[in-house]
Amino acid sequence: MAVTGLVLVIFLLFHMFGNLKILISVEDFNHYAGFLRTILNPILPGDTFLWMFRCVLLLCVVLHIWSAARVTKQDYKGKGGRGRYSIKKSLSPDNTYAARTMIWSGIIIVLFVIMHLLQFTIAPAAFGNPHDGPDGRAGMVFTAFGNWIFIVIYVIAMAAICLHVSHGFWSAFATLGANVSGLTRKVLRACSLLVGAVIFFGFLVPPFLIFFGVIN
Amino acid sequence: MKINLRIWRQHNGKEQGRLVQYSLDGVSGDMSFLEMLDLLNEQLTEKGEDPVAFDSDCREGICGQCGVVINGVPHGGQGVAQPVRTTTCQLHMRSFADGSTITIEPWKAAAFPVLRDLIVDRSALDRVIEAGGYISVNTGAAPDAHAVQINKKRSDRAFDAATCIGCGACVAACPNGSAMLFTSAKITHLAMLPQGQPERVLRVKRMVGEQDALGFGGCTNIGECAAVCPKGIPLESISQLNRDLIASLFKHDGKDD
Amino acid sequence: MSTSAKETNAELAAQYWQAGEDIHDAKANVALPIDKIWPDRQFTSRLVNPANRRKMTVIIVGTGLAGGAAAATLGEAGYRVENFCYQDSPRRAHSIAAQGGINAAKNYKYDGDSVYRLFYDTVKGGDYRARETNVYRLAAVSANIIDQCVAQGVPFAREYGGLLDNRSFGGVQVQRTFYARGQTGQQLLIGAYQALERQVNAGTVHMHTRHEMVELIVADGRARGIVTRDMVTGKIEEWFADVVVLATGGYGNVFFLSTNAMGCNATATWRAHRKGAFFGNPCFTQIHPTCIPVHGENQSKLTLMSESLRNDGRIWVPKKAEDCEKDPRQIPEQDRDYYLERIYPSFGNLVPRDIASRQAKYRCDEGLGVGPKVKEVDSDGTEHMRSRGVYLDFSEAIQRLGKDAVEKKYGNLFDMYQRITDENPYEVPMRIYPAVHYTMGGLWVDYDLQSTIPGLFVCGEANFSDHGANRLGASALMQGLADGYFVLPNTITDYLADSPKFPKVDTKHPAAILARQDVESRVNKLLSIGGERTVDSIHKELGHIMWEYCGMERNEAGLVKAIGLIRNLRKEFWTNVKVTGVNEELNQTLERAGRLADFLELGELMCIDALHRRESCGGHFRAESQTEEGEALRHDDTYQYVAAWEWTGEGHKPVLHKEPLIYKSIQVKQRSYK
Repeated sequence: MAVTGLVLVIFLLFHMFGNLKILISVEDFNHYAGFLRTILNPILPGDTFLWMFRCVLLLCVVLHIWSAARVTKQDYKGKGGRGRYSIKKSLSPDNTYAARTMIWSGIIIVLFVIMHLLQFTIAPAAFGNPHDGPDGRAGMVFTAFGNWIFIVIYVIAMAAICLHVSHGFWSAFATLGANVSGLTRKVLRACSLLVGAVIFFGFLVPPFLIFFGVIN
Repeated sequence: MKINLRIWRQHNGKEQGRLVQYSLDGVSGDMSFLEMLDLLNEQLTEKGEDPVAFDSDCREGICGQCGVVINGVPHGGQGVAQPVRTTTCQLHMRSFADGSTITIEPWKAAAFPVLRDLIVDRSALDRVIEAGGYISVNTGAAPDAHAVQINKKRSDRAFDAATCIGCGACVAACPNGSAMLFTSAKITHLAMLPQGQPERVLRVKRMVGEQDALGFGGCTNIGECAAVCPKGIPLESISQLNRDLIASLFKHDGKDD
Repeated sequence: MSTSAKETNAELAAQYWQAGEDIHDAKANVALPIDKIWPDRQFTSRLVNPANRRKMTVIIVGTGLAGGAAAATLGEAGYRVENFCYQDSPRRAHSIAAQGGINAAKNYKYDGDSVYRLFYDTVKGGDYRARETNVYRLAAVSANIIDQCVAQGVPFAREYGGLLDNRSFGGVQVQRTFYARGQTGQQLLIGAYQALERQVNAGTVHMHTRHEMVELIVADGRARGIVTRDMVTGKIEEWFADVVVLATGGYGNVFFLSTNAMGCNATATWRAHRKGAFFGNPCFTQIHPTCIPVHGENQSKLTLMSESLRNDGRIWVPKKAEDCEKDPRQIPEQDRDYYLERIYPSFGNLVPRDIASRQAKYRCDEGLGVGPKVKEVDSDGTEHMRSRGVYLDFSEAIQRLGKDAVEKKYGNLFDMYQRITDENPYEVPMRIYPAVHYTMGGLWVDYDLQSTIPGLFVCGEANFSDHGANRLGASALMQGLADGYFVLPNTITDYLADSPKFPKVDTKHPAAILARQDVESRVNKLLSIGGERTVDSIHKELGHIMWEYCGMERNEAGLVKAIGLIRNLRKEFWTNVKVTGVNEELNQTLERAGRLADFLELGELMCIDALHRRESCGGHFRAESQTEEGEALRHDDTYQYVAAWEWTGEGHKPVLHKEPLIYKSIQVKQRSYK
């Protein structure tokens, strides 16, 4: 779970970095989108690499969800099912809202990712923004974020991801054995919050700028 | 002073439990929490009612037999800024205000079935140790105690982990009912010492495997365990366990034969 | 001793006990030099073939240092071990609470220590009332204990160089005490517990937690099993074996308030005593001077603080009774009585445990005690509110060494004190008072640790032990582990070698049927009395009687009176106790009632033993036997023996058997601390 989670965080950071290219110019963004499909050409033909990359990601997602399901089940059983104490007080700084709601933020993320893939990869046409329009792939993005409904959906989804990562990132390191002292714990926690915040803002900057017409 | 109590009463493991209200007069601040329960029990017995069953033995905070959840905190140590490290027997009534209401519940976790009232069965913790929490040396087979020098820092770290009293508060506090802090304390204790090395790889696999098989939850790094631990076993111990567990995956001597 | 005293004793004897034949240990070959006796016994002790061991069952009751170590060791050897404890886990045994350390004649500090010196100190410390062959063996195996524990992973204190650290403890002149912060007992017990769990995993030891031994089965003249009560379900069950080992600890809880754990009890040893095991020196109890005083009537136990506090703390009480209620800081120097420094100028606050304890009692008896007042009933029956505490003052040490240095040395003890009393010992002097701590007496055993019932072995604090009339600091852990790891596993084989010839015993054996019936009728009796008084209220009353008349100072009139009071109280118990609930459930009141019933019989025997021993020795101080300076006075001519008491039935006088103590390897001296 920790390993797949970290792989997914790294993917997110790259994804976010690529998205930000839209701030430079539409051409840059389209060039980058095109590049993704031709990586390792001509050693590998066409978008082979992209598909390999997608397979790895999918594997990570599947493993992550599978282990999440296992842990959730084990933990639910471990605490003895529903209705445990009549009062329960938390004393740990790590017992955050994010930590308690990992499974729910996770489910929101899964639902969002399905929508997101349908919207931009699998069936963009169904969302009214085909990727072969005049502005290429960037056009897709502009069409989508002109609509306030998608803005709301994306804010919710990014909040979920931010929460998920803010506990998940440090927790992954702890599970991999990196929590070696009180100080490291503080550093890891801070990094975790930072990564969560970076992802939240990094992903939301382009949609908002598009919505308010700062870039077009 | 006068105290209102809400206490978990459950006749045995099969019946349902519920919270029952009592009111107790004549409590003094110098009494320990368990002496307060003794007083309640004397009064209940005089009235011909069944006294509240609870575990305790040494009453000086070292045997680990006592332990109840007090106002939502295992062992009830809750300071303003930081948790106060205490066992239930070392908590004194002066920590409570006159007229306050105290809710007392047993440890609750799948691996700790309730036997009666506030008493639970913690033998699962013994099973975890049984799976490998020891160094295999037969009596009489030991070399001279000075045969091996041990780095003081490592020896001290072993000691810090070895102070675990096996009370089970970590399991009671964990939202997942996990025993990771308990298991990791033993792993860390033995992993820090040269004597513990030959069995180190196999030990961690067996103990973690046994812990899962016994129905304890998994660790999600919430940290409630370390916050209530009366002996201050640090959360780092769990990372030590994880490191050893990951390392064991890549070592041949980690295979059970 | 004067003739008149002898006559008084003869008169008393006629009333309270009968004289029996002397007994002797027949296992040690005392013709050999003392250091050759144990190797000789190890050689002459018959062995059991490894293939036969798994066919033999050993019952061990108790999982402390002695019981846990014995169970692990016999399990490793291949015997089938059935191990019982009343706690929910073997790791909870009260050995865990020992703080100070464990002695061993390693001489790692190269300061002149040796096996002989440890032996010498222990016999002398026990005021020459211990059997020298046993004590020498204890000293001889002490070094092996440390090796064994280190190999198990016990994290003893170390120096920066990585070698083990030692300290001096309990007033001895060598540094031979190994320690693990203030938790030595815990670490040693966890070591034994882990060794035990390893054997549970290997299938050689079967662990039965929350099982209380309530009867011994003696069939055809041999201990062949026990009856237990499952403390969760109430199930009464018989267990059979080739040999039974009791390692059930001491009986300090007869005093109700002691530093023992709540569950510590004498039922196992007392049941064995009733079945024929002699009880050795029951009146030898150790009272520890530096405990936190009683705060009120609802107190359930007392907490000990390390004796090391007396190294820097000064003990005093106000000179005037009217000052006792004052803030001690307001009492000027000239109105304070540093009584130990006054009476014992050369040893001052470091006098032995019993002297420090007794002097504190005298001050409080005189009405100079400090702290909260506690209700007491005097010997004339009047009730008093009296303060039981004396000051242990660190203000001078703080001035001399600085607060930091004091904190470094005693910080954890000060914290403990503050947590319990809510007073800051850096600001206000601590209050201390003596408390019952350890019982040197116990079931009589021979050199093989076998009691007078063949096949019943007793180890650890439960036997009458190697400590004589007084135990030295850091010696209890040593004895428990010595018995469990190194002595019993070597001697028990000699008995087990015969076990293939033992007749079969099962639940149909008349002895088993009888034992079971006894248990059931006792339980039913307790549940059917339906009286008015709670178990604890009677136990507290017994405690008061024992503490008043059989505590730090004993005298003839008091002991005679105590025996009468205990007999009445026992009658009260069996007619007026209230035990709620039924047997077939987890019933803590029933558990306590059963234990108290045995304490009520043991308490009487302790008083009789104290009454018969008209001398002062070690922890036993008879007011009639003191020097002109008020010091303990032994009578080696009359009392240099172990008193081994034989049970003769309820309401019958016990029989006194004497085991004369012969010292060939050590010269007997009278101690002096002036």
